[in-house]
Amino acid sequence: MDFGFSTIETRVIEFDKFDTKILKYVLQHEKSMLVCMSCGGCTATCSAGNLTDFNVRRMQIMLRRGEIENLQTEINKCMLCGKCMLVCPRGVNLRNVAMLIKKALVNHKDLK
Amino acid sequence: MKNIVIIGGGIAGVETACALAENGNRITIIERDNKLFGKLNNWYCLFPDFKKSKELIEYYQNRLKNYDIEIKLNSTVEKAEKNGEGWYIYTGNVRYAADAVVLATGYELFDATRKEELGYKIYDNVITQADLEQRFKDKNFLTSTGKTPERIAVVHCVGSRDEKCHNMYCSKVCCVTGVKQAIELSKFLPETQILCFYMDLRMYDKFFEELYRQAQTHYNIQFIRGRVSEVSENSDGRLSIKTEDTLSGRPMKMKLDMIVLLAGMETKKNTTEIAKKFGVEQEESGFLKSKDFHIGAGILSEKGVFAAGTCISPMSIKETIENARSSAYQVNEYLKTL
Ligand code: SF4
Ligand code: SF4
Repeated sequence: MDFGFSTIETRVIEFDKFDTKILKYVLQHEKSMLVCMSCGGCTATCSAGNLTDFNVRRMQIMLRRGEIENLQTEINKCMLCGKCMLVCPRGVNLRNVAMLIKKALVNHKDLK
Repeated sequence: MKNIVIIGGGIAGVETACALAENGNRITIIERDNKLFGKLNNWYCLFPDFKKSKELIEYYQNRLKNYDIEIKLNSTVEKAEKNGEGWYIYTGNVRYAADAVVLATGYELFDATRKEELGYKIYDNVITQADLEQRFKDKNFLTSTGKTPERIAVVHCVGSRDEKCHNMYCSKVCCVTGVKQAIELSKFLPETQILCFYMDLRMYDKFFEELYRQAQTHYNIQFIRGRVSEVSENSDGRLSIKTEDTLSGRPMKMKLDMIVLLAGMETKKNTTEIAKKFGVEQEESGFLKSKDFHIGAGILSEKGVFAAGTCISPMSIKETIENARSSAYQVNEYLKTL
């Protein structure tokens, strides 16, 4: 029977609960991601980001907040062209970050 | 020989005194407390190079030996009176005649209990950066329940840039203090996760940006852009906070064991009282008003009255020293005209 009620998923990021496996894997193999300061330079220049809703800066934040459900669809929008790396003032190797996320998603179950 | 009275024996007062004694003036420092160097006594180490505060104090103690500066501790200014071009200053039952006066009364830390939502003095595990410096000295980082903290948050801009506290300005040095303390905490507690909650990170001076970068690369300190709006305590004694993770546009909450509030810098009540005695103007913020922002820093609105250090505006210790030297220069220029 439908009473007209439904539950709404909370939008709150529960820092204590999220899955850090992929984050740990990426940081372990690409230390440069540690220094991102969220300036958005990468997003501004990203070709994929100019044509789709892909946001390479936010991709890192999603990872850092354990939002891995949407990561798969997000990461597939990246063309791995590496333009973002040319502008990053902090030298984050974003292409490698994207590659590592792809790899980690495949092996997610096996990661610790 | 000219007589100069300096009110306040913190770093600003002592540096101004030394710089002016260099030119053969007769200097008196009037200090309210029972010792010199004010708040520097309470700090464990300084940004950006982790110099121990003790070393700086020792440097000044040695430097003071080179001059014959009269230091009056436990003394307050009761009255100030114009005396021709100069001033009479009354303290205890002594009257000093001064050709020039330098106010170096320092600052006060923002009273964090005024931001009730952050729980200072309500929850035992919410402390300020000043409390943390004491803990560095004591090497004591346990929570009130005797646990080693697993997660610590450093909260920026407490009482600064906040209309609700009538403080519109940025206290300038707390950002780098927070980063320094986060690093220092992580050195003492390598297993502890440390997060800084900021609105803007103001790493303005030399080496500050490098310190921020080091915090990320070497100490894995996490920076979350968002203002903490609420702190509460759970039944297990841990704290919960709410903030917005503004970079992903979503509310965020987390549990932690300790919170360090970076309380801003404010004018002392004492500064206001002394300003009134000399009739010098203050800014709306309470800081002493210089004649000109660019070229008249430290020259106050009454003839023969100058200021140095954090009674003018928030500044770091390095800037306080520079500022004191520049005020000494202004005093010397003025004395030449007498
Ligand atoms: S350009 Fe570099 S620092 Fe800026 S958001 Fe992108 S990865 Fe981060
Ligand atoms: S220095 Fe940083 S923490 Fe302090 S008031 Fe300014 S922005 Fe806020």
